[in-house]
Formats: sequence, C-alpha cells, structure tokens
Amino acid sequence: MAEPKPRVKVPKTASKGDVVTIKTLISHEMESGQRKDKEGNVIPRKIINKFTCTFNDKEVFSCDLDPAVAANPYFEFNAKVDESGTFVFTWVDDDGSVYTSESEIEVN
Amino acid sequence: MDIRKLGLAAALGLTAGMAFGPAQSDPVDDTLVIDGETEITTRAKAVEGVPFDEVISGWHYRTDETREVEADSFANPGMLYVERGEEIWNTVDGAAGKSCASCHDNAAESMRGVGAEYPKWNAAAGKPYNLELFINDHRVEKMQAEPYKFDAADQKALVTFVKHQSFGMPVKVDLEAGDMKAWWEQGKERYYTRTGQLNMSCATCHEDNNGNYIRADHLSQGNVNGFPTYRLKQSNMVSLHNRFRGCIRDTRATYPAAFSDDLMALEVYVTWRGTGLSVETPAVRQ
Repeated sequence: MAEPKPRVKVPKTASKGDVVTIKTLISHEMESGQRKDKEGNVIPRKIINKFTCTFNDKEVFSCDLDPAVAANPYFEFNAKVDESGTFVFTWVDDDGSVYTSESEIEVN
Repeated sequence: MDIRKLGLAAALGLTAGMAFGPAQSDPVDDTLVIDGETEITTRAKAVEGVPFDEVISGWHYRTDETREVEADSFANPGMLYVERGEEIWNTVDGAAGKSCASCHDNAAESMRGVGAEYPKWNAAAGKPYNLELFINDHRVEKMQAEPYKFDAADQKALVTFVKHQSFGMPVKVDLEAGDMKAWWEQGKERYYTRTGQLNMSCATCHEDNNGNYIRADHLSQGNVNGFPTYRLKQSNMVSLHNRFRGCIRDTRATYPAAFSDDLMALEVYVTWRGTGLSVETPAVRQ
C-alpha cells in the first residue's frame, strides 16, 4: 500500500452525556519483522506501535500494538461526551511517522 | 445446539460425542445488508446447467464475525483498497500523460455495471478478457504506460475499485459473444478434471462437498462474485487467479500461470456458475 491512510467514523452530533461509538481503521501492512523475503533476508519490522485518541486534549483511549496485530488495524471503542469538541486520533509508526486525523462533534 | 443442527448431525451419522466438532455444515441462513441499507443478493436460482438448485455466495459459509465485517462498509478493510484504487484511477501515468479518468471520467457512472459482465469476449485478442487484462491493454495502448505485473498492489487496488462500481449488481457473463462457448467448455472440463497428488478437481470440494469441512475450512460452492476478495489470512486483497492457483497448489499439482488460457477458461466457467449473485467486491473471507 501507499502512504497509510486513516479512516475514522464519529457521529456528527450527540446529546450531552451520550456514549458514542467510535470506529477507526488505518491502512498499514503491519510487517511483523519475523518474515523473510525470497533471498532469505529478514524483512524489517514496520508496524503501528501506538494508537491514541483524545477529546479536547484529554485522553479517552490509547493502546500499544505488537507485531501479532494483523494488517490494517481496526479499533472500535466508546466515549462519553459532555460538551462539543474535537477528537484527535494519532497512530505512531515504527519509522517515526505519525498519522493523525481529527473529527468534530457537536453536543446539544 | 438447536433441533435443526441435531437433526443434521444425526443425518450425517455423527455421534453425540462429536458435538464438540464442527457438526453444523449447512450454509448460515442470514441476509447480507450493507450498513443496514443495501441488501445484497447472496442466494439466487441457478441458471440451467449449474448442478445446484440455488447458487450461494461464499459469505454464507463464513463465521458470524467475518460476515459482520463485510456487512459494515467502514469495518471492511477491502474498502481501503477501493479508496486506493480511486487514487490510481485519477493519477496520470505513462508517456501519453493520461489517467483512467482522462478518458472514462467519473467511474461511478462510466464503470457502473462493467465489472459485473467480466470476463468478456475480446474480439481483437480472440479470447476472453478479465478486468486485469483489459486494464493492462489500456495502460499500454492508451496511456503508454507499463502493464501491471500480476498481483501488483496497484493492479489489485484498481481492479477492486472498478469492480466495486458494480457493487450489488448481478453477475452476468455473455456466453453468446465470439467463441465464449468454446472457452466455457474448456473451463468446464478443467473444473471437473482431477489433478495433483491429491487427485482433486474443483468439483471435489465445491460441488460434491460444499457445506462440509475440509479440516477447519467450511467449503463453499466456490462462487467468485466477491473477487477481488479481502482475505483475513493474507490480510490483503486476493485476486481470482491468485485464488485459483492457491486451490490448485493445495491439490499438490503444478499450477498454471495467471491469465493463461487454462485459467481464463476456468474464470469464464466459474463466473458463469454464479450468475445472478450480486457483485460483492470487496467481499471479506476467512
């Protein structure tokens, strides 16, 4: 795949105190570092090793990823929203690249 | 275990002690609705000549979790490749300075229904063409670009994108065009020919034993309406010819080259067997 591309799904609106479901998916080969190429050389590890989600700068979800996680990691989690604001999603790659995505939600 | 499954187990002559094993073997009775909106035809009355009353999509043979992933267009990782395919569609490549979009504009309109009719007779080439061959021809002749190598990442993404434009439309192969009938015959012969050290034909698994388990794998009818398919095993898109070769390899036979006459004939025949099923690309399988 070309440059990893994040996708996120967050409701556009919610009522105060609602628990909303958030889904995220990023295209990534998640090369484990345990495979060899045709010549027998180890294919270097390259995975997303950390994922975080913040809401108005406050962390709502985060996790570390290890080589056993399959390609194109998918996360689904819930968050309680008491005010309008912005979810910021961050994926950290082994090579130091950071991929981010933002979603706004309006809370009535 | 409900009564129905018990009845089935009894019919198969299984003892109560085997209730721990995968006794259930008929396809799951369920309806595929994408995002709670679009209903997909996963069961269709078989056309004349197909040795089933009903043709059934491989979706029915997969686990609850796998079926759920396909029913959610967000969770379906195959949609990442559709998006990538759209980028390629709009990207200029080759000496002619053209992209797919330069000639074909908006794929949602120009490619609607196209993928559902492949493989298709190509008079100039004198053989049936699939989307891979069609795209490569256009890359060489119209774009003056390099043809894709078999299963190049961009080939899989672009084919997935083009095929996805026919999402939900019924598979329909035109056997009246050119010599399609002869290719169909050749494909049929291939389908029933036993090969390899295991001496198996396509029909051994997908006709005689669909619904049964081969080790942990629940054998389907082998319909190809969902290709290219996102396979969890590979964590990637898998093309039809890759799958053909994988199946043949598993019978411990030498496998033909991708897009060889052998496999093109098989593609014509196998695609025809699934006539009436919706295009599911990108389907999600085990």
